[in-house]
Amino acid sequence: MSLLEVRNLEVDVDGKRILKGLNLTLEPGSVHAIMGPNGSGKSTLANVLAGKPGYDIVSGEVIFDGNVVNETEPEALAQAGLFLAFQYPVEIPGVSNMEFLKASLDNLHAARGDAQPNAVEFMKTVRSIAAELDLNPEFLKRGVNEGFSGGEKKRNEILQLLLLQPKLAVLDETDSGLDIDALQVVADGVNRFRSDTNTVLMITHYQRLLNYIVPDAVHVLADGVIVKSGGRELAEELEARGYAWLTN
Amino acid sequence: MAVEDLVPTEYSAGFVTDIESETLPPGLDESVIRFISAKKGEPEWLTEWRLQAFAHWQKMQEPLWAHVKFEPIDYNAISYYSAPKSAADGPGSLAEVDPELLRTYEKLGIPLHEQEMLAGVVKERPDVAVDAVFDSVSIATTFRDKLAEAGVVFCPISEAVHSHPELVQKYLGSVVPQRDNFYAALNCAVFSDGSFVYIPPGVRCPMELSTYFRINEQNTGQFERTLIVADKGSYVSYLEGCTAPMRDENQLHAAVVELVALEDAEIKYSTVQNWYPGDKDGKGGIYNFVTKRGACLGDRSKISWTQVETGSAITWKYPSVVLRGADSVGEFYSVALTNNCQQADTGTKMIHIGPNTRSTIISKGISAGRSQNSYRGLVRTSPTASGARNYTQCDSLLIGPGCGAHTFPYIENRNTTAIIEHEASTSKVSDDQLFLCQQRGIDTEKAVSMIVNGFCKDVFRELPMEFAVEAGKLLEVSLEGAVG
Repeated sequence: MSLLEVRNLEVDVDGKRILKGLNLTLEPGSVHAIMGPNGSGKSTLANVLAGKPGYDIVSGEVIFDGNVVNETEPEALAQAGLFLAFQYPVEIPGVSNMEFLKASLDNLHAARGDAQPNAVEFMKTVRSIAAELDLNPEFLKRGVNEGFSGGEKKRNEILQLLLLQPKLAVLDETDSGLDIDALQVVADGVNRFRSDTNTVLMITHYQRLLNYIVPDAVHVLADGVIVKSGGRELAEELEARGYAWLTN
Repeated sequence: MAVEDLVPTEYSAGFVTDIESETLPPGLDESVIRFISAKKGEPEWLTEWRLQAFAHWQKMQEPLWAHVKFEPIDYNAISYYSAPKSAADGPGSLAEVDPELLRTYEKLGIPLHEQEMLAGVVKERPDVAVDAVFDSVSIATTFRDKLAEAGVVFCPISEAVHSHPELVQKYLGSVVPQRDNFYAALNCAVFSDGSFVYIPPGVRCPMELSTYFRINEQNTGQFERTLIVADKGSYVSYLEGCTAPMRDENQLHAAVVELVALEDAEIKYSTVQNWYPGDKDGKGGIYNFVTKRGACLGDRSKISWTQVETGSAITWKYPSVVLRGADSVGEFYSVALTNNCQQADTGTKMIHIGPNTRSTIISKGISAGRSQNSYRGLVRTSPTASGARNYTQCDSLLIGPGCGAHTFPYIENRNTTAIIEHEASTSKVSDDQLFLCQQRGIDTEKAVSMIVNGFCKDVFRELPMEFAVEAGKLLEVSLEGAVG
């Protein structure tokens, strides 16, 4: 069974059609990249998959893990195993990162009927993931994303990914605003997440990220539809030729 | 903690205790005041003092400057004295307290079972001495013997009038004068009961003191009076809580609290105010018109107010500090949350008179529903307050499009060496913040509560531990339905 199946998806934002009949299928354990020019609907796809309010599905279906999730609330999607790494992670002042991670994990466990994680084990796990991502432990005490640099915010998203262990990770422009060193750290994190069952959908403007996280498939999104799909080599072709030859 | 405890419920303190009471018919004249005074067996000076206040009050006007709206109050429609019959002669030992009253406080989670606590039966809380005030009378004060060993006096003020007349006569009205304002004058005339605390020189009060106010009877006002005197070098932490049944009509609560700190003394006063706020459409609820003020009389003395205000239909309240002693310190930490049709006009006054006096004001206002939430604060330095310093931080958080947040800061500086800082911010709980929480598996009710708690963190950490937990839960309940 596919983990994610998107069928003829049409989505309006503020009354404007952004996705115009998009099809996409992800098998468990696969890593797909969605590339495309600005305004092609990449972020809309990420947000609609995560159930963000304000994205109206006009027709088509999103099937996640065997269930149609067109009308599913964002928290229920998260509890079902869908994770979105944000392009612009927001700040929540006064709520410490650690507290937030604990609340998140507790809620995910509760929704699945699992026991609450042991607090001591939890702290250990979080600290060890933070260390792998080159994050100072002090940063776990600070407010969620409060005063973090762009790179720290992105690494914080990957920290959450590795802690929460979803079935599907949707990475929305996770590479934007990262220098080479930070990109390497983030990519290492995502590669560590990859497994036979863990699935990744990377959304990016640049081919650069794909040098670090090698995808099984690459799709080009233009004007709300996938116009071309291929292997890794498609990304290199895009790097050389740009998008214009596909969109015109 | 059980999951059910996290689920927001209706106003849980809204029940009525069915108990026979002695209640005066509504109306206010000299005979009512004489009745109250006689009921308490007061000395003549106090009867005269009440009558004098009443004479002032009759010439005074209600303050109209607050950013709140309500129909005029008919002061002759209020009953000024109500006491459970069984407690009419004042508190005896705990064993003599009507079991129905004990059950009331039990339901509210207020521990009056001193014996059980001493025997270690109830272990969740550290020892807290409680004075329980039910309508117009104090029905029980716990741990008095243990406090007496330390020389601490903690008793109903009606009793202190007899047991410590010199202290009461010296300090009553010394911080909030009879003519201070309309509601304070009314309180001076008709105050019924409240707590009295005296901490002798050099004593650190061995436990938290707390008073729990409960309005039960219909059509009555509650006019309690609290006086705390911390003698040289002493320390006390005092907590105050309050609830009332759900009723369709508005009820008046006009209290006065006076704090006096002598040389090197410190008073920490915390309030969790959860009077009935009225229903979703603004019907009913308590008018909380309260005057609270502390005087740092001695050098290096310190008074700290911490308040969490979630209840009342209307709140009009400005816990203040008069900084007379050199190097004295005043603090005000406040969380005021309004939801549905609640209105709050609250803040503080820091009056700097002595040299090198310092004050800190941290105010967090949260508005939801159709509520209006105002911060009003005065910082004044007199010519004698050389080197005075104030720091004010005033943050507002809006939840939803129908509410309002307002800030009215007043700064009157008459000393060129004083430094006064004021910072203010207004923010909204944003859709993106909620979406981030939801995307991580946290539903919107929990997300709002977490975001609001984070916003209030600077204030909550000033509260005693068990109160901080309670305050967090209270916010969660009060925010029920704030995000639709």
